[in-house]
Amino acid sequence: MNRKWWLVSAASAVLALTAAACGSSNDNSSSGVSGTLAGAGSSAQQAAQEAWTAKFEGQNSGATISYDAIGSGGGRDQFIAGGKTAFAGSDAPFDSEELPKAQQRCSGEGGELVEIPNYISPLAIVYNLPGVDNLQLAPETTAKIFKGEITTWDDPAIKADNPGANLPSTKITPVHRSDESGTTFNFTDYLHEAAPSVWTFDADGNWPLKTGESGAQTSGLIQAVKAGEGTIGYADESQAGDLGVAKVKVGSTYVAPSAEGASHDFDISKKDPALSPGKYVFAYKVERTSTDPQDYPILLVSWLMGCTKYSDSNNTDLVKAYFNYIISSDGQQAAAQNAGSAPIGPTIKNEDQTAVDAIGG
Amino acid sequence: MEAHTDTTTQAGQILASATGGRRRPGDRIFNNAAVIAGVAVLALLAGVAIFLVADSIPAVTAKTADLPDGKTLVDYIAPLAFGTILAAVVAVVIAVPLAVAVALFISHVAPRRLALSLAYVVDLLAAIPSIVYGLWGIFVLGPAMVPILDWLVARLSWIPFFAGPASVTGRTMLTAGLVLALMILPIVSAVAREVFSQTPRRLEEGALALGATRWEMIRMSVLPFGKSAVISGSMLGLGRALGETMAVVIILSASGIVTFNLVSQENPTPIAANIALKFPESSGLDVNALIASGLVLFGITLVVNMIARLIISRSDVQ
Repeated sequence: MNRKWWLVSAASAVLALTAAACGSSNDNSSSGVSGTLAGAGSSAQQAAQEAWTAKFEGQNSGATISYDAIGSGGGRDQFIAGGKTAFAGSDAPFDSEELPKAQQRCSGEGGELVEIPNYISPLAIVYNLPGVDNLQLAPETTAKIFKGEITTWDDPAIKADNPGANLPSTKITPVHRSDESGTTFNFTDYLHEAAPSVWTFDADGNWPLKTGESGAQTSGLIQAVKAGEGTIGYADESQAGDLGVAKVKVGSTYVAPSAEGASHDFDISKKDPALSPGKYVFAYKVERTSTDPQDYPILLVSWLMGCTKYSDSNNTDLVKAYFNYIISSDGQQAAAQNAGSAPIGPTIKNEDQTAVDAIGG
Repeated sequence: MEAHTDTTTQAGQILASATGGRRRPGDRIFNNAAVIAGVAVLALLAGVAIFLVADSIPAVTAKTADLPDGKTLVDYIAPLAFGTILAAVVAVVIAVPLAVAVALFISHVAPRRLALSLAYVVDLLAAIPSIVYGLWGIFVLGPAMVPILDWLVARLSWIPFFAGPASVTGRTMLTAGLVLALMILPIVSAVAREVFSQTPRRLEEGALALGATRWEMIRMSVLPFGKSAVISGSMLGLGRALGETMAVVIILSASGIVTFNLVSQENPTPIAANIALKFPESSGLDVNALIASGLVLFGITLVVNMIARLIISRSDVQ
């Protein structure tokens, strides 16, 4: 919380400073675009956005991008409200209630709504069980563990997934996030889609159960998993550290989390037509039930929201250039290095490109 | 006393005549500054209350289905209020006996030099940022609590507080309460110490002269004299424990349930911690519901302070 406020105030200070400097930097347009651009939203994207803004500003000396990681919901709200927030980052696409308002914001500025997936991060099922290095889990088993229906590590269901493994009778302590998060949303979405008979709850950013251990944010969850024996949780794969990482059953094999697996899985995902109106709104439903062993189905996807045109033409140029950089292989690589994310696959990239090309066009 | 008042009045008259009957600018500036400061505090408090009430109204008038988890506002806030009070009470129950003992040791038992440095160290505890307490709680105290929790559940599980099953990470309400107790210890012991050391010498010496031991002297003269100080110190501590956020967020495995079980992985969530956890990703009515819970916390703190004042004013009369 404190850190969040610090970020908010720091970001607004940056905004104020850059707004003051804006006039002078406008005439320095020799190298690419210039001016200031403000965005807000998903904290999952924060590390990636930091890499993007730094590199982008390096390439365009007159440009200043600020990204305020106030959370996905806050980012979508600020985007709808208009004002200084020209683009948003969000772990979920606009829902059916928000969509018309977001479209209205863009049409008010003479453009169309753009919503493109730009950030993919594989999530790992992490566990702490000394002596067990190669845990394999079918979706139903995972769902039962997190629901509290399987309570010891030597349960027949876990044994069936791990033939030959020497499983202790240690009690299982499932750990979930105590704060609302896109990570929880995507993990519960996986459980809901891949094990519907066990996980009867809808996908939710708030953990739907009152049972199990909880930890605040990724670091708190990881610390809780480390602290106790027999614990199991879920987090960005890049944060797993030296904890055990489970392989997940896909089709008839077990797949470890990887950037390639997550990219490939999202590349075969299908659009949600109800939430994808217009030409440039790409709300995907992440594929959780693939049977292709190239796919790793537990991943977090985050979106960029913007407009094809802004009443301030400087914003239009900046959004186009910045979005273009983010979806470029350069940008995706920068995010992979800084945030441990997976690059967007070729199908998604091509589609994103059509939307970015339409900005200002 | 009267002679003194007369002198000051005279001095004031002399001053007044010297400055032509008008108050000096220094006086006026000080007077105005003091009035402005006093009014500003009231305005600030009123401003906070107005903000809380105004931003709670949408949550109060909203349909149940639109609120978080589809619960009524009362069903949403009640378990959180329970968690707030439970955590604070656990902290006070642990902290107050400890704080009184520390205060007595400093004021009546320890040699003077040791007492001074110990008092300084206890005050220093108050200077540690709560987030540091939180990190210490999750990295050091939590793991250290695991065997203790196991023991409590094995031996004392007939007491509802230790019903178990014991947490394997130690991130329980008992651990959070212990850390909160450490955080409020300096306030409680500082207030108690100050008053204990003001116990009239004649009372203490009278007790000793009647053949009381040191403990009997403390029990008969120091403790009764300092009773209201201990209560007001405890209430101050309770107030801090009610609102403490970061340490609880980091340490507690929060589930939002209602239980008196202090040693398991599922624990009630205090209001302040819940706001810190849910606010960053919340939007719309969810934010209003969080603010409404903040208003309840505001109310609880207000009531605690009023009760404290009531107790103090009564014991003063006696």
